[in-house]
Amino acid sequence: MTETTQKKGFLGGLMALPNDDPRKTIFIAVLLCLVCSVLVSTAAVALKGQQTINKKNDIRKNILAVTGMYEAGMDIDAAFEQFDVRLVNFETDSYADNDLDPVTFDQYKASASPEYGVNIPGNEDIAGIGNRAKFAPIYLLRDPDTNAVQQVILPVSGYGLWSTMYGFLSVEADLNTISGLRFYQHAETPGLGGEIDNPRWRNKWEGKQIYDENGNVELRVMRGFVDENASNAEYKVDGLSGATLTSQGVSNMMVYWLGEQGFGPFLQNLRTELENN
Amino acid sequence: MASQAKKIILDPLIDNNPITLQVLGICSALAVTTSMTAALIMSIALTSVAAFSGAIISSIRKHIPSSIRIIVQMTVIASLVIIVDQLLKAYAFEASKQLSVFVGLIITNCIVLGRAEAYAMKNPPGMSFLDGLGNGLGYSLILMGVAFCRELIGTGKLFGQTIIPVANEGGWYVPNGLMLLPPSAFFIIGLMIWAIRSWKPQQVEEPDYQIHQVHRTEVL
Repeated sequence: MTETTQKKGFLGGLMALPNDDPRKTIFIAVLLCLVCSVLVSTAAVALKGQQTINKKNDIRKNILAVTGMYEAGMDIDAAFEQFDVRLVNFETDSYADNDLDPVTFDQYKASASPEYGVNIPGNEDIAGIGNRAKFAPIYLLRDPDTNAVQQVILPVSGYGLWSTMYGFLSVEADLNTISGLRFYQHAETPGLGGEIDNPRWRNKWEGKQIYDENGNVELRVMRGFVDENASNAEYKVDGLSGATLTSQGVSNMMVYWLGEQGFGPFLQNLRTELENN
Repeated sequence: MASQAKKIILDPLIDNNPITLQVLGICSALAVTTSMTAALIMSIALTSVAAFSGAIISSIRKHIPSSIRIIVQMTVIASLVIIVDQLLKAYAFEASKQLSVFVGLIITNCIVLGRAEAYAMKNPPGMSFLDGLGNGLGYSLILMGVAFCRELIGTGKLFGQTIIPVANEGGWYVPNGLMLLPPSAFFIIGLMIWAIRSWKPQQVEEPDYQIHQVHRTEVL
């Protein structure tokens, strides 16, 4: 035994031990873990760049799509240049005055950090998101010639039936008329709640009004179909059949993000600013 | 040799199918079969993990201490699954978004571990690779069949392309929403098992026990 160990060296000796020897067991376990961790981390590091690009492009694609500008095969980065990206501070309800980069700031990641996140008290958390960041990026689409704001794109999120749904809401320059809504991440039941991705349903949002004359969020998702002739039909969107909780989640998300706690006061300020210009 | 290899690949398709005969890997068969695209990506991911884990585990099988063999197998499988997941995120982003956690859950798929433990630990790497491939294809066959029924009946589409125009988009077909919920996969897999066992009665298991019939005339 000692002889063979010497011939093969230390490692060879270990490999030659019977499989059930504790020394060999530990050796195999350590060796396997090393090899596997090197493989996994190589894959993770090597593919990281491509994955980050995919994620960024996916979000940009959705921002473009919600404004109706997206066409398959377009240069996403070039088209995205048209947007003026700003951070909104929810405490002052104005543009954030700090050196965070609005393009790279990830509000959903930041919502969990002690520095940028705030916990939403249970009674105010109608969207069911728990935490949110103190800042959120918004995307202003300006007319290339006159520089006038054409659309404002707001990030929205809220809990549906199974998952938090993340999306973008696009509002026209009057800051009261919706021009589009689009979700880029959710895990609702395909075919039921998942129909929030259905273009026919998304199109129903176009032209809906958000605020009543007192500035309260009137926009709601109804159960069933909305009577076109009803007095407040411009504030109501058809619910999705078989997806009451998802529809309710979208409705609550709108009330939260467009209301007092969300972008409501900021939009009010922005409206005054746009009117004065 | 060639005929043995052929048998290893073709056997798990119908005669020894991991889902319909061994009833393994049911969980993901329920979860990812609402659309054919998702089922296809899942099938490819699972088949490659099963094949490569078989080959790797088989090539180190003589040095795996029996006391930690399951952990060793799981480590190899888990590493492969993470690599597949990373690849999907980099090169098939849309599909990986749709599959979300289910790629990661291949780690817990009984078929992969089952083949590693039952076959790869006792056979050479080449054959273990083919065995993983065959079982992965058997899984894929059932998965695609279930996804075909669920997507077609549930949404009137296949691979996201409209086949039957549905009523709320101006067509005539009212989709069956139940098909999109997990229980429908149980029904479809159950019907498939029934069909296969009617065709090949040797797959029918012996009943574990028989209920004793008590007749009224019998004296108790």
